[in-house]
Amino acid sequence: MLEVRNVSKTFGRRQGQQNNALENINLTIDTSEIVSLVGTSGCGKSTLLRIISGLTQPSAGAVRLAGQTVTGPKPPAAMVFQEPRLMPWLSARENIRLALLHQPWRQQERLIDDALAKVGLSKFAAALPKELSGGMAQRVAIARALARKPSVLLLDEPFSALDSFTRQSLQDHLLGLWSALNITMVLVTHDVEEGVVLSDRVVSMQGQPGRIHSISEVTMRRPRRRADSQVQALKETIIDGLDLTASPKVATAEDRR
Amino acid sequence: MSINLTATPSGWGQAGRRRRRPALLRHTQRWLRGLLLPVAGVIIWHILTLVQLFPAHLVPPPLLILTDILELAADGALFTHIAVTGWRVVIGFALGAGCATLLAAIAGYSRHARDYLDPSLQALKAVPSLAWVPIFILWFGIFETSKVTLIAVGVFFPVYLNLLSGIDGTDRKLVEVGRINGLGRVDMVRRILLPATLPAYFTGLRAGLALGWMFVIAAELMGASEGLGFLMLDGQMTGRPSIIIAALVLFAIVGKLSDTAITAVSERLLHWRDDNFSLQEREHA
Ligand SMILES: Nc1ncnc2c1ncn2[C@@H]1O[C@H](COP(=O)(O)OP(=O)(O)OP(=O)(O)O)[C@@H](O)[C@H]1O
Ligand SMILES: [Mg+2]
Repeated sequence: MLEVRNVSKTFGRRQGQQNNALENINLTIDTSEIVSLVGTSGCGKSTLLRIISGLTQPSAGAVRLAGQTVTGPKPPAAMVFQEPRLMPWLSARENIRLALLHQPWRQQERLIDDALAKVGLSKFAAALPKELSGGMAQRVAIARALARKPSVLLLDEPFSALDSFTRQSLQDHLLGLWSALNITMVLVTHDVEEGVVLSDRVVSMQGQPGRIHSISEVTMRRPRRRADSQVQALKETIIDGLDLTASPKVATAEDRR
Repeated sequence: MSINLTATPSGWGQAGRRRRRPALLRHTQRWLRGLLLPVAGVIIWHILTLVQLFPAHLVPPPLLILTDILELAADGALFTHIAVTGWRVVIGFALGAGCATLLAAIAGYSRHARDYLDPSLQALKAVPSLAWVPIFILWFGIFETSKVTLIAVGVFFPVYLNLLSGIDGTDRKLVEVGRINGLGRVDMVRRILLPATLPAYFTGLRAGLALGWMFVIAAELMGASEGLGFLMLDGQMTGRPSIIIAALVLFAIVGKLSDTAITAVSERLLHWRDDNFSLQEREHA
């Protein structure tokens, strides 16, 4: 279980000004739950994800993973950043190895081959990042996060650079992994529809400082199709909700019926 | 004119082949292009001396310089001079770059160490390096030790400053990838920090080497019995400008060769860089 308790984050700025990025965020995520974070640009989604990962400390509040307070990055959590963040001096293969260094060599090789095949880049194992397209680089980054078979997977707009076909197949792969391994997944996305299709709950955030505006449960059965009317309806609700600056509310797919 | 929409594969192949030249040929071509300017310069210089634009006892014709060089080469003195000077630079460079690397690594790794080290080094940097000459001569005498020390001091600062700024400039985003993947200290340094600072390091080494050549002259002009600097001083004393210019030419050649060597190493190690120059190379390969 992943618990975010009263988390606030303030960045210091030049000339002593302060920038409140997050204010009083509370969120509890079950093991084997997929939660999407949606919200306007700059409302603190990436910051929240970084705090959950332990890369950044909250200014107030705490994050607990399986009952333990997170004070730094921990092995069970893997993260795909908003940018690919590949080491330009390492091939695709060696970039993925970065996530597997604690394992024996044989095992590393096998897991890398697996991971590359899953994202359709077996032929590019030896390619340097400069020889990859933007979407290919992002796929290597996804492969790097998945290779380790993490129990908590944090994804910051991982599919934004991908075409809809590749995106679809990677989402399927992700869901397959999720149902096989019981991972906790937090997915930041700017595509509300994607959030609805993939997750159990969609958390919409808003404002500066960012707050949780509403949490929508998604109860439709998987697999869900984008064109599904219930998916569309919930998407509309969430987007409409974001436009208003009304008080927080909880909407579910059932509400719309 | 009609546009052929069904371009055959062979058509594409030809378009590709027209551009492609063997690597060796491309390399020689580059060399030749680089030689064009010096060769043209020598020819013009030769013509100018023929029409006696300058007095011949001050500006000797290129041929005279060549014969001087050949003469020096014949009795082996030339190679001794080059070797002695080259050796001084090598030792001084190794010493200066070695110390700089060590201190920059320490100062870059630990904030604490930097607070102690950096201010003093920055202050020493402000001393013009040639100002060390008198004290070095007093301390180390006029022989090799003082020369090598002077060169080392000259090499030290560009290497130290560039490496330290390279360490500071390491992309936080890449370091975070190491952190989130639980990299240990050794892996972090080997796989992320070291490669990330390599470009700045090589910039420093190149600048340091250039200064090394500069300082070897200063060192040899202050008194030496061998070396290219001595050769120049000798030419001045005996009133033979051709010898001085011969030494200048040799400096240019040896300096250029050493720089080429460093560049070759750095190109091998930094082939992953995605700069505009290497992009052009790739597209025309
Ligand atoms: N390292 C930082 N230093 C200072 N301020 C920061 C830093 N990172 C984020 N911020 C601030 O925190 C706020 C939230 O940023 P964040 O990157 O979390 O937004 P986001 O919701 O992920 O936006 P986007 O959808 O555009 O990626 C912004 O106002 C930003 O200026
Ligand atoms: Mg973001």
